[in-house]
Amino acid sequence: MIGRRISFQNPSSRFQPTGVSSRALRGVSFSLAFAFLLTLSALAQNGGELRFCLRTEPKTFDPLLVDDDSSLSIRYLTGGVLARVNRHTQELEPELAESWKVSADGKEITFKLRRGVQFSDGTPFGADDVAFTMQRVMDPSLHSSTGDAFRSGNGAVTTKVIAADQISITFPAAVVEVDRLFDQVAIMSSHSSKKEGAVLGPFMVAEHKAGSSIRLERNAYYWKKDAQGRRLPYLDAINIDIQPNRDVEMLRFKRGELDLINALDTDYFDRLGSTSPQLVHDAGPSLDSDFMWFNQVATAPIPEYKRSWFRSANFRRAVSEVINREDISRIVYNGHAQPALGPVSPANKFWFNSSLKAVAHNPQAALELLKADGFHLQNGTLLDKSGNPVEFSIVTNAGNKPRERMSVLIQEDLSKVGIKVNLVPLDFPSLIERISQKFNYECAMLGFRNVGLDPSEQMNIWLSSAENHAWNPQQKAPETAWEAEIDKLMRAQASTSNLKKRKEAFDRVQQIVYEQAPFIYLVNQNALSAVSTSVAGANPGILYPQTFWNAERLTLNKATSARR
Amino acid sequence: MKTARVLSCVIVVAVCAMSLGAHWLAPAGYARQFRELPDAPPSRAHLLGTDEVGRDRFARVLYGTRISLLLAPAAALVSTALAALVGGLAGYLGGFWLKLARAFTDLFLSLPWLFLLITVRALLPLNVSPMVSVLITFLILGLLGWAASARVLSTSADGLRNSDFVLQARASGLHGPRLFLIHVLPNLKPVLYAQFWFSIPVFILSEANLGVLGLGVAEPLPSWGSLLRELEGLISFREQPWRLVPLLLLIVVMTSFQVLLSHEEVTA
Repeated sequence: MIGRRISFQNPSSRFQPTGVSSRALRGVSFSLAFAFLLTLSALAQNGGELRFCLRTEPKTFDPLLVDDDSSLSIRYLTGGVLARVNRHTQELEPELAESWKVSADGKEITFKLRRGVQFSDGTPFGADDVAFTMQRVMDPSLHSSTGDAFRSGNGAVTTKVIAADQISITFPAAVVEVDRLFDQVAIMSSHSSKKEGAVLGPFMVAEHKAGSSIRLERNAYYWKKDAQGRRLPYLDAINIDIQPNRDVEMLRFKRGELDLINALDTDYFDRLGSTSPQLVHDAGPSLDSDFMWFNQVATAPIPEYKRSWFRSANFRRAVSEVINREDISRIVYNGHAQPALGPVSPANKFWFNSSLKAVAHNPQAALELLKADGFHLQNGTLLDKSGNPVEFSIVTNAGNKPRERMSVLIQEDLSKVGIKVNLVPLDFPSLIERISQKFNYECAMLGFRNVGLDPSEQMNIWLSSAENHAWNPQQKAPETAWEAEIDKLMRAQASTSNLKKRKEAFDRVQQIVYEQAPFIYLVNQNALSAVSTSVAGANPGILYPQTFWNAERLTLNKATSARR
Repeated sequence: MKTARVLSCVIVVAVCAMSLGAHWLAPAGYARQFRELPDAPPSRAHLLGTDEVGRDRFARVLYGTRISLLLAPAAALVSTALAALVGGLAGYLGGFWLKLARAFTDLFLSLPWLFLLITVRALLPLNVSPMVSVLITFLILGLLGWAASARVLSTSADGLRNSDFVLQARASGLHGPRLFLIHVLPNLKPVLYAQFWFSIPVFILSEANLGVLGLGVAEPLPSWGSLLRELEGLISFREQPWRLVPLLLLIVVMTSFQVLLSHEEVTA
């Protein structure tokens, strides 16, 4: 629609009415009038205020200290980055950097910066700002999780300004996929008095009412232009309300007070979809997954015979095979989820190991596996080789409806092979204390919310020495051969920039996890969202932020735009 | 009024009888999952439809009624007995004891019980059967729910302490526990009844809320509390009206109890 406005910009200059019949003239007049109307219509589609909700207050507006979803959203909309992962294609695309080059040893990256770019306060952008941002993000006293991603080894990260539009950054050791990490680094101004208030993104924070709302306004200095040379963004402003109640969010969306809903619950999605299918979007499997695991910690306060069950791969795989993932997907998520195969969702196009086959729901095969470990059925109860009835508890976070429903289905599934399961929903802090400090649990069910695509971002889960190695964390040395192999493979993939070798190594990790089932993956939820018909240009994807990843190109229709 | 009492009595008896006969009235049982029919509307096979995982809602209502109607009054009995002991005695003794009891109940009411309940749950073993978990839940409710009732009772007992008939009993040589049991406690009966009946729906709803702390009735066992949690997220009453049945049942049964209570109070 923007293109139409440009092509009809000066229609009268194209016509020479001399010697043309009156009928033709009438036709021309009609065409002109029509063109004029279209022009007005196209003009009206620009501007206006987009409205949506965040569920929590952003913890910070400092782009280098972002650690929560709400702050991440604000940073995404206001921050300018050197390179951006396209949320639709998953490809890395140039932004403030026109081009870049990573050295062969992976320790240095050199950026060629875009010229003529200005911060939202009008101050110019250059290599000094990139150097300032890198120094600040790597400052240990800042405790920036964005900076942690660049800490590949001991030693300082150094920057060298080669020219006003060229800078090289050197790391003490190779950083895998270093260019993609710059998607998270919003460049700050080195000389603006506004500090984080001076931004390079399409919007800037204009007003913040604590606990209530945040108003972002169009950055008039934003560098990006559309194909017709018009400066983006099209919207004048974005109003973000802080609304933790999802019922209220849905009601406001239905009343037309909101334009977008990210990460929609299945129930809401179906309810809205049944009356207004044009408003809801199912982008397919997301990167998120639900899973469960057994406590294998040697010092955990659980009976020794139970620990021996949990440490048996046959037992874990048997439990995995008894669980009917199709039913979970269909009943809990109303079909908006796919049975999960492993740590990587099929949505992660490059890193997913496509040779893995779905775990079939097969109680009979599961019983065979259990028999191999000395388990046997007696009067409908599964007993271990010492005669102990197989009974364990599953802890999960209370109030999470999908997980509570999943655990009820799993309880029923396992009862069919004589396993008794007690379900214990706990408040989140108690749950975290049990699974990460006291290790006083038997089986836990939680979910992963993956933001990144690269396996290196999962090092804190797969290394046996890691704190988040949930089933048996902080091991001094790997306690099993397969964990030792995973350690070796994860380190190998993280120490090379050869993509093929990295893929091979991580494929093998996925294969081991599939065979050993330390995590029993259940489902990958679909990325569900809702977009009002008043918004044009939205293309909801699976990566965060689903609905407004292309906010600078979103437009509102004439009626909405005029109303706001 | 008589008709209302008769009707209330019929309702209470019918609900109790149905819950006791759940095994025959709803042979599907409360735990069986009809996975091909999750969230189904009412049908001949499932009179109130099925819940989110395909369990027969009618069966769950009947079994849940059995649990809630048995255990919520039991918890109310525990809390009312504690309230009578603390509030009644403090009001009867008066002076320092009354002030002490009121300070204690005020302190008790102002404590952040949510955190205590979280601690209580953390102390409980994980592998407890659903029935044990439901008993623990209502016992905790009974033990913690006495303070508000005790405050009301202490005020009533304080009023009775200086009443003519108590003074006359004292003048006749009646003292101590005997005076309390014979003359004070029977006169507190209407207040005790009221506190008892008020506590029942409060405990049923509290049990529903405790579910978010992991202290509610454990799955797959149903209770009115867990059935009421199904109403979370129900935007329109017209959408699935049959899901409101547990709420209606709670209202009808509690109203019936109140009508019967009024009669009891008059009689008392």
